[in-house]
Amino acid sequence: MYVRHLQVTDFRSWAHADVPLEPGPSVLIGANGQGKTNLVEAIGYVATLSSHRVATDAPLVRIGAPRAVVRTAVVHSGRELLVELEITPGKANRARINRAPAGKPRDVLGILRTVLFAPEDLALVRGDPGERRRFADDLLVARTPRLAGLRSDYERVLKQRGALLKSSGAARRAGRGGDISTLEVWDGHLARHGAQLLAYRLNLVADLEPLVAAAYAGVAPESRPAQIRYRSTLGADLPEGYGVPGGPRADAEQLETLLLESMAKVRSQELDRGVCLVGPHRDDVELILGDAPAKGYASHGESWSFALALRLGAYEVLRGDGVEPVLVLDDVFAELDRRRRQRLATVAAAAEQVLVTAAVAEDVPAELDAVRYDVGEGEIHRVR
Amino acid sequence: MYEGPVQDLIDELGRLPGVGPKSAQRIAFHLLAAEPADVTRLQEVLQKVKEGIQFCDVCGNVSEETTCRICRDPRRDLSVVCVVEEPKDVLAIERTREFKGRYHVLGGALDPLSGVGPDQLRIRELLSRIGTTLDGVDITEIIIATDPNTEGEATATYLMRMLKDFPGLTVTRLASGLPMGGDLEFADELTLGRALSGRRAM
Repeated sequence: MYVRHLQVTDFRSWAHADVPLEPGPSVLIGANGQGKTNLVEAIGYVATLSSHRVATDAPLVRIGAPRAVVRTAVVHSGRELLVELEITPGKANRARINRAPAGKPRDVLGILRTVLFAPEDLALVRGDPGERRRFADDLLVARTPRLAGLRSDYERVLKQRGALLKSSGAARRAGRGGDISTLEVWDGHLARHGAQLLAYRLNLVADLEPLVAAAYAGVAPESRPAQIRYRSTLGADLPEGYGVPGGPRADAEQLETLLLESMAKVRSQELDRGVCLVGPHRDDVELILGDAPAKGYASHGESWSFALALRLGAYEVLRGDGVEPVLVLDDVFAELDRRRRQRLATVAAAAEQVLVTAAVAEDVPAELDAVRYDVGEGEIHRVR
Repeated sequence: MYEGPVQDLIDELGRLPGVGPKSAQRIAFHLLAAEPADVTRLQEVLQKVKEGIQFCDVCGNVSEETTCRICRDPRRDLSVVCVVEEPKDVLAIERTREFKGRYHVLGGALDPLSGVGPDQLRIRELLSRIGTTLDGVDITEIIIATDPNTEGEATATYLMRMLKDFPGLTVTRLASGLPMGGDLEFADELTLGRALSGRRAM
């Protein structure tokens, strides 16, 4: 799939931009702060309904403007769909597909698929487990949009159960016993939703692991081998082979029982602390380089390459599902040495559409520098 | 900002659910222009609703007397009780004209974040209702019709656990799935997924 046309109004720094695009590699060149990233952010927003840079929508709207509009024409297997999003901070977004209003903005998910790599992704390697959980969950939703519902249900149950643990714990400390019967109800719901999420994540990691390892070896062949491993709060109780390539597919029903057993074991600890201690919300995707964890041990260049390998792995997973996503490489080349740049360019040049941003044209390898746009002073022009 | 009472009225109206500042202003000026008799009638109704309306002793629905119209109705089937969260859910089910039994209004759903546990809901009343025989008829079926969201589902599970040990009592849950008259292609994945897992043999 590829984006044939991008049009933004009052989005970030852009009052208006109208960019016809074409399949294959395109490069956006411009000095710092000219709005290159803002344009690829708009494309990412249409694909995921969220920005890779900020958690709220307010910064996406140009200062002083009431709302931002992003229009994209997406071509997928010869068919063109027009997706239009109106972003109004504090209100629900409005979406139109082929000029007809979509019932819910969520309906546009899946029309455009992107894999976006940006400097922020360094946090995937160096940041908290939450960053890696989000990476896994975002990829799950990109593969199966229905899982957005599972994810929000799980978070809701988690909050409710946490509130109950806090109040029951306080009641128990005051000698009033607390209501254990409703806690069991929430246990059941947490385990059911949690087991499904866990099963999806385990299967995802099993699919992803060889692709990430290959992508890392592709970008950094002289380095140690990269590995990813799912670490669950179930610990040693997790059935053998789950989350491992070639192992058995994770069975949600079995995991549900295991989660319930595990919860029963830590019950009094949970009541003391008022936090849910078992479940996918405390899991991690461990990144291993050679035989040491990447976090804390990997060099800057290695961390950068690992983050890139995760995104390239995600790209391959989505491609394996039969849809070729749009690859966006935001400001990556400046951080890589010449050999890694060359390797990444070879991988990226094979994609149906690649959008690359860079401050300096010399950073971009020749394979990708076919179509070039100059970005500056609030305007964008195609130069070749 | 308007002066004195007008602004007070707009502020009060703006506190109502579903009324924004613009609508509040519109209603306020409508009331200002209305006939005094109309305003007095509204005033009286508002007063009555707070003073005259009580909750039914049996089911907990809003009622003018100690027992509500539905619980007093002799044509109603005494053996079936439909459990709902709010009085407005009673109205929703009544509109179907399919249900001939009686209701039990819980007054909400389990919601630990807002401090609502089983003691804040009318669950004890439901249990004692099931235990008593009325006019020689026992309650034989409970239909749980709480909302199909996180809190409603948790409440349903809780009720299932409380009710499963009553001898001779059937407990059912409303089905969830596709809306009638709709197109399959427009159903969202969650609803369609549920409809698929809850499919039935024909």
